[in-house]
Amino acid sequence: MTYLPYIAASYTLGIIIPAGYALSAFLRAGRARRRLAAIDTRQRRRGAST
Amino acid sequence: MDARSLAAPHSSPQTAGRSLHRFANPGQFLRLSGAVLPWISIAGVILTAIGLVWGLFFAPADWQQGDAVRIMYIHVPAAWLASAGYMGLAICSVLSLVWRHPLADLAAAEISPVGAGFTAMCLATGSLWGKPMWGAWWVWDARLTSVLVLFFLYLGHVALVRAFDDPVRGYRAGAILALVGAVDLPIIKFSVDWWNTLHQPDTITLTGAPSMYIGMLWPLLFSALGYSLIFAAIVLTRTRAAVMERRIRALLMARAASDAASEPVA
Repeated sequence: MTYLPYIAASYTLGIIIPAGYALSAFLRAGRARRRLAAIDTRQRRRGAST
Repeated sequence: MDARSLAAPHSSPQTAGRSLHRFANPGQFLRLSGAVLPWISIAGVILTAIGLVWGLFFAPADWQQGDAVRIMYIHVPAAWLASAGYMGLAICSVLSLVWRHPLADLAAAEISPVGAGFTAMCLATGSLWGKPMWGAWWVWDARLTSVLVLFFLYLGHVALVRAFDDPVRGYRAGAILALVGAVDLPIIKFSVDWWNTLHQPDTITLTGAPSMYIGMLWPLLFSALGYSLIFAAIVLTRTRAAVMERRIRALLMARAASDAASEPVA
């Protein structure tokens, strides 16, 4: 295959950039979901105790 | 046709605004996006994988460019998504400025970093394609320069939205910048026609038949559709996270306010 280094570098970028964004978005959404669930649970407990 | 028949009641801006606000309900957005997200993510990964493997190993090499043409299966979808992402950003900005659509603000703030990433991918792969074909990593060609301007517009939007203590002011300023910057989109599109550029003219247009061998066109379409779905999945996931983070802030502020109200006065 001609121009292999250029092709390999392009395909690496084409995989790493979207994968990086997808991973960071997934982790951020998971963190937010867990935090929201914890706050909601605490809120409900507080509401029940008062 | 008189003016009254053109201004039908169902198409009035107020009605359109109301129906848009129905979809702005964060709970409804979280439910709908949660249902479609796994499907578009899986479809995006599968289609992209098919397109890239097909393009890398099975599509023919170009008679002039040799195997360097395989960079196209990354570069062209990234270029399309750089422009399409900015179009999405501009639409969200209109929704934000005209109808004060709350989800549009969050979506715009989440589109711009992803759009910047895909524009960077387009510029970098274009550079990697340009070096063996043109003998230069970069030329100040109209197409390349207008895409570089798009990259800076994305970065400007990312910075501007986050530059204010009051998020609403940031969203407004970002929306204005996005709308002003939208003038770059037709410049990008027609730069290869208006100026004598080193960058080749479009081989695929909406109006004409593609001037590309069908064995190269199919993997490109798979790759483009796959990357588009991945882009949409990333933006949806980020917007879902932003909606939840906003709800967390609201709950914490409400709790702080109720704690302050229930404290005994000394």
